[in-house]
Amino acid sequence: MSTPKLHAPSHRHRKGMLPALLAGGLAASYLLPYFGVLSPYVQLILISVGVNIILTSSLNLVNGYMGEFSVGHAGFMAVGAYGAAVLSVNVLPYGAAAPWLFPLAIVAGGLAAALLGCVVALLSFKTRGDYLAIVTLAFLMIVKSTLENLDVVGGARGFLGIEKLTTLPWVVAWSVATIWVIRNLVHSRYGRDIQAVRDDEIAANQTGVDTRRAKVLAFSVSSFFAGVAGGLLAHHLQFINPRMFDIAKSTDMLVMVYLGGIGSLGGSILGATIYTLLLEALRPLGAFRMMLMPLMLVLLMLFRPRGIMGMREFSWLLPACDRDAREAAASDVDKDGKA
Amino acid sequence: MHVNRRSGILACILAATLAAACEKASQVPTVHIGLIAELSGDLPAVGASSRTAAEMAVSQVNDAGGLTIGGRSYRVELAIEDNASKADQSASAAQKLASDSDIVAIVGPNASLGAIPAAEIAESSGMVMITPWSTNPKTTLDTRTGAPKKYVFRACFTDPFEGRVLARFALDTLHAHTAAILYDQSSEAPKSQSELFKTIFAEAGGTIVASETYTSGDKDFSAQLTKINQSAPDVVFLPAYYNDVPLVVQQAKRLGIKAPFLGSDAWSSPDLIKLSDNAVEGFYFCNHYAPDVATPEAARFVRAYTETYKRAPDDVAALTYDAFGLLFEALRGAGQVDRRATRDALAKIPTYTGVTGTMRFPEGSGDPIKSAVMLQIRGGKFVWVTNANP
Repeated sequence: MSTPKLHAPSHRHRKGMLPALLAGGLAASYLLPYFGVLSPYVQLILISVGVNIILTSSLNLVNGYMGEFSVGHAGFMAVGAYGAAVLSVNVLPYGAAAPWLFPLAIVAGGLAAALLGCVVALLSFKTRGDYLAIVTLAFLMIVKSTLENLDVVGGARGFLGIEKLTTLPWVVAWSVATIWVIRNLVHSRYGRDIQAVRDDEIAANQTGVDTRRAKVLAFSVSSFFAGVAGGLLAHHLQFINPRMFDIAKSTDMLVMVYLGGIGSLGGSILGATIYTLLLEALRPLGAFRMMLMPLMLVLLMLFRPRGIMGMREFSWLLPACDRDAREAAASDVDKDGKA
Repeated sequence: MHVNRRSGILACILAATLAAACEKASQVPTVHIGLIAELSGDLPAVGASSRTAAEMAVSQVNDAGGLTIGGRSYRVELAIEDNASKADQSASAAQKLASDSDIVAIVGPNASLGAIPAAEIAESSGMVMITPWSTNPKTTLDTRTGAPKKYVFRACFTDPFEGRVLARFALDTLHAHTAAILYDQSSEAPKSQSELFKTIFAEAGGTIVASETYTSGDKDFSAQLTKINQSAPDVVFLPAYYNDVPLVVQQAKRLGIKAPFLGSDAWSSPDLIKLSDNAVEGFYFCNHYAPDVATPEAARFVRAYTETYKRAPDDVAALTYDAFGLLFEALRGAGQVDRRATRDALAKIPTYTGVTGTMRFPEGSGDPIKSAVMLQIRGGKFVWVTNANP
């Protein structure tokens, strides 16, 4: 291991690199498909990777950073998907005629989901742990049954006629925005409050942390991005039905969160990417694919219960101050080890 | 540092899986056709029939030296996608096939619940889709304008026709005055068939005495069947897929419902008889063709299919075979392997004589005009009762 002195310059060097890398990624996501370098099939996979990254990192905010067990994330996603789809099909000028209104539809879908997230947060004031998990499960069922019986959005048969507006650059932009907002949130004072709820809610309350505000914030931000992911998916698949957003979808997201590791955005990115690519790569196995994935989960829980990156973070996802503190700690450990 | 090294290894693994996923098949002059079938999920018998018939149609063409398009001989290759009998997975399968520029057209999905979302995607990406078995009018109609879709065709008749045939059969042949209906409200075809049956039966002087619904996946129908029993109908209309029918008819028998059941073409899998343990004996349903009174084309197909797969072809198999026949004719007529040219050539085919009879495509429509048959289940077999012409 190297000394902190050797490390400091490399960080300053990196400071400008991350934005450059992101801008380059966004440009590439537009230019590569435009010049036919990326086959549409690869684009398809990348889009689902991106959507899953948004879902996983937003769920991680509640399940990882706040330490609650929400299984209702698919419900927020459904609200966002239907909200955005109804807006882009029935309210805004039709799709291709005004594509610049697309982000508006997505944001509106996200806000609708965030509103419901606030409601669930209010319920979480009184319940915790397993009981809150049941509340979120009930919420998911309510959303699904409501959509199944709403004939204006096609009921159980699904919502048709959605324009294909989701493109790779949009997905890249939204994924980066999600990671950026959640990273900045968890490392802010409000984020510390959220993590205090996880570590010890009563102690946090006693020391003056407004745990209610923390819960509302975590749930509404988390469900906002679930709604965004739903909107993106709806305009990618061009079809949504209530059955897509059942408990199995929530389970998928939980698998990605716990595979990547709770309380880690880097873990969420890895978890979502690995899970999505693996499912696609194992497609030739047919039905066995669905047996292999749960098996992987069992093995993961046995050997790495905290997931790939549990409670750790890539240094480029940490704010500079945390990064320095971490390296100082690491070098201390090194010195102790050598001593 | 630990984390960084590990993430490097992970990145390598990811890159390798991505590269493996992108690998393409060999470059022989080949025309690729997509098939979306219900291989898993609620309707595996439908998917299996569709798949075997598709493989048979393709191997017959390949064995005969390939498909001649514009003077060149092409091998036909299938790209099979499973939609798990689900609407959303049909949409993603269609997205996947549409994004692959090698695929010139798709056949399937069979059930309307999957065919409707897939048709939306086929239409918006400008690729021909022929559904063998989806009878719902919405499949070939634009969701927004209600005008016919340009790229979507089907090999079967549509629900309005089937509803009329069934209603007339109940009135004229079964001499029924009252009817009860039980249908799956979450599935496209049963919902539209029951609505049309209701209207036509009532218009022709009959009375609907009970109309009950259930949702896909329900296993207990006793509440609905008790209500139906109380209303004492002459006939019970059950437009359900072959996987629901056995449960319904067995529970109806236990409740003492004596009225005959009348089914839609969704009944027509041989699995129906196997699963329902004689409870469907004597009941009637509408179908696309009757294997026991076959035309020369049908006889040839039935013989070849039975020889290869050691079982009789059901209507999905016959319709899938016809869908491929139509597509092959369109590709020959197009003179080039191109999505748009295939569509134009397909739209120009005025009549096509296939296993399931003669199809006539009216100008600008993907819905063929063709006749239906009524079958009765007698002695564990589907037996022809009558023909119904448009």
